Amino acid sequence: MKGERSGAKWKKSIPWKSSIPYNKYFLAGLIMTGLAVALGVVGFFWTPYSTTAMSASEKFDPPSLLHIFGTDNFGRDIFSRVMKGLGTTIGISSLVVLISGSTGILLGALTGYFGGIADEIVMRITDAVNGFPSILLTLVIISLLGSGRQNVIISLGIVFVPSYVRMVRSQYLKLRDADYIRRARLLGVKDFRILFVHILPNIFSVFWVSVMIGFNNAILAESGMSYLGIGVQPPEASLGNMLSDAQGYLQAAPWYALFVGMSIVWVVLGFSLFGEGIRRGKVSE
Amino acid sequence: MKRSFHGKKGLCVLLVTALLGMAVLGGCADGTGESSEDNSSKESTTESTQPDSGQSDASTESNDSEESTEVQESGEESGSEGGSASGQAGDMYGGSIVVGVQQDIDSLDPHKATAAGTSEILFNVFEGLVKPDENGNLINAVASDYTISEDGLVYTFTLRENVKFHNGNVVTAEDVKYSLERVSGLLDGTPLSSTLNAIESVDIIDEKTVQVTVGSANTELIYSFVAAIIPAGSGEGEAVDPIGTGPFSFVSYKPQEGIVLAKNPDYWQEGLPYLDQVEFKISGSADTALLELQGGTIDFYAYLTDSQAQALQGSHQVVSSPSNAVQALYLNNAVEPLNDVRVRQAISYAIDKEEINNFVGGGKGTLISSAMLPTLKENYVDLNDTYGTTANVEKAKELLADAGYPDGFDLEITVPSNYEIHMQTGEVVVEQLKAAGIRATIKAVEWSTWLDETYKGRQYEATIVSLTCDMTPGYLMNRFQTDSKKNFINFSSAEYDEVYTRTQATLDPAEKAECYKELQKILCDEAGSVFIQVASNQTAISKKLAGYKFYPVYVQDMSTVYFTE
Repeated sequence: MKGERSGAKWKKSIPWKSSIPYNKYFLAGLIMTGLAVALGVVGFFWTPYSTTAMSASEKFDPPSLLHIFGTDNFGRDIFSRVMKGLGTTIGISSLVVLISGSTGILLGALTGYFGGIADEIVMRITDAVNGFPSILLTLVIISLLGSGRQNVIISLGIVFVPSYVRMVRSQYLKLRDADYIRRARLLGVKDFRILFVHILPNIFSVFWVSVMIGFNNAILAESGMSYLGIGVQPPEASLGNMLSDAQGYLQAAPWYALFVGMSIVWVVLGFSLFGEGIRRGKVSE
Repeated sequence: MKRSFHGKKGLCVLLVTALLGMAVLGGCADGTGESSEDNSSKESTTESTQPDSGQSDASTESNDSEESTEVQESGEESGSEGGSASGQAGDMYGGSIVVGVQQDIDSLDPHKATAAGTSEILFNVFEGLVKPDENGNLINAVASDYTISEDGLVYTFTLRENVKFHNGNVVTAEDVKYSLERVSGLLDGTPLSSTLNAIESVDIIDEKTVQVTVGSANTELIYSFVAAIIPAGSGEGEAVDPIGTGPFSFVSYKPQEGIVLAKNPDYWQEGLPYLDQVEFKISGSADTALLELQGGTIDFYAYLTDSQAQALQGSHQVVSSPSNAVQALYLNNAVEPLNDVRVRQAISYAIDKEEINNFVGGGKGTLISSAMLPTLKENYVDLNDTYGTTANVEKAKELLADAGYPDGFDLEITVPSNYEIHMQTGEVVVEQLKAAGIRATIKAVEWSTWLDETYKGRQYEATIVSLTCDMTPGYLMNRFQTDSKKNFINFSSAEYDEVYTRTQATLDPAEKAECYKELQKILCDEAGSVFIQVASNQTAISKKLAGYKFYPVYVQDMSTVYFTE
């Protein structure tokens, strides 16, 4: 998109340029997610302790300077596992958002802009998908594909597509008759160019908010699936399966559930604030 | 925008959901981590009933060679030590209790039920001519006496006077004949027990005497006569309205929820049972059960993990007893690279059984190296020296290199996810195998999936479960014959088959015991699987209850339980 000639309108709408909303929601969200993502990324390469090595002598050590989040039932450092778990969870969620978001843009753009029978079909399909509770649908997909990391990504990716399709479609529906688009059409600009060069940048600010919400939903859904034992499989760490493990030790090791639970809250809250900040920034514009 | 309301409101909802999720962590299976719009479903497949088509029968009544699926888990109950209060003083009649169980039952028909989780419940409803007692001996039940001919081919049972079915009818020789013929396949050609299929004829001598003739002598066959006696002609009706002679009669059954039993006022054992009603309630997981125990919605649960048991110390009677189940990393001997004995041995060396016992069983389990229960004393031989009880990584690597896998290989371990002990064992095993260069992963599956695909379908590489047994050593060992239907590990050893046949042929107990020891040795040397431990079982009982007996088989006898206050 860089270097395209463009009206003032789309420059303004690039979220990371002129319209960064410097409100407290945005900043709080930025800090919280920033910290979580940073921990996750670092955890991918390095953790203070091994996330899988077990030690009988360190079983259920309460939080201390050595193990700031304490240790679990296998004597593993919970902080290290939370780092790894954050990486797993955020990584999966990112891919889910990437898959569902890009599919959503593609389908939403085509159906919203062209309409017609294809639009009807796609819309009815998204209605059908929306008709199911999303967790039920993921369960169905998982039962077909089997559990595990890739399958979680695929199933959540599919399940989250409709929300993006609808959002993107409604924007395209609105903008396809805008004056500057009509003009572009009159000038003979190709449809493809109108779709992705003229309209797309203008929906980014709205899209961005739904990405944040989608991210949150993806994190919760992934944690939920791992919690139910159909997501990331142990001994690989994920916030969900750690929480599920932890619940068996609420009395013996309350810190286990507490820190893992807090981590999930932290990430979700962070992304929520982030999205809220962007939305408010946009509204105040 | 459709989504925009999510902003502030959504944020609150998310926060509340997350916090609530944490607060009720153990509350429900689908507790936390779901976004607010995702709350409507939960895993519903866990324990669907699976009427098993014809083959095999409940574990309580089985003996040697039969293909039933009494694979079980941590929690088997039984044993001897401790036991709960057993005094008869101040016996109190009446009251009702709720017993937590881990899985749904598979059939109410006692001859067709395959899962041990079913027979532990049906033990209260049905009885055979004989039944096991808490010491592992057979006592007379529907029969008051029996004799076995010198050559072991003719069994003569004398029926007890006035044993009544739950429908009020007195048990007659006709009923016994019908039941035995049904189990043995004489009725319709499909044996429901592969030990009792040795029966050639059942003859009614007089009203109270039944004579059973078998084709070949088998000293362990008498244990198979625990097969339930049901009313003549009841057939398939048993699966809907089970009628037996046990201390409790069937009231109702709701899939996924549980089964309710009521006192049988006509029970032949004087003074039993004490309770008016017993409900067996399916608790999705040990975590749920723990909360239910604490909340008082269940009074009794036999499958706690060690740490859970500690949490209940003080508020409940907590009793530890050996489970009568052989927990092992079962290896599919038919798939690459596990078909190479050196690879299986390498895995055996790589596993640190003591560590598993410490992590998973609180150090209370009994380590084993073959498929026999140490509690079957004279038939058991301690083979723990073969591979050691701690890891020997060098030896494992050496064997792997020998077998052509110097860099290890990938191994998928299938684990039924409803069994916490096996899931945890799996995690430890994965870590231990990693040290030897074997890249293992865990595949968690539903119990029903496990039964279908892993056990019956044999589509797996390795799996961690426990196998239960009855009171006969043959029951544990027959599974590993090459062509046994229960041989889900595809173990194949001509020598084993030959010794097993010899075992069955001999009538001399001492010689038989020697043969069993030989079988264990072959199984261990061939590393058919990595036998880990006989885990200990942690049972929590409400402090208001007494009289519970621990059996050496997988049953929950509620007839002797009574309220002390």
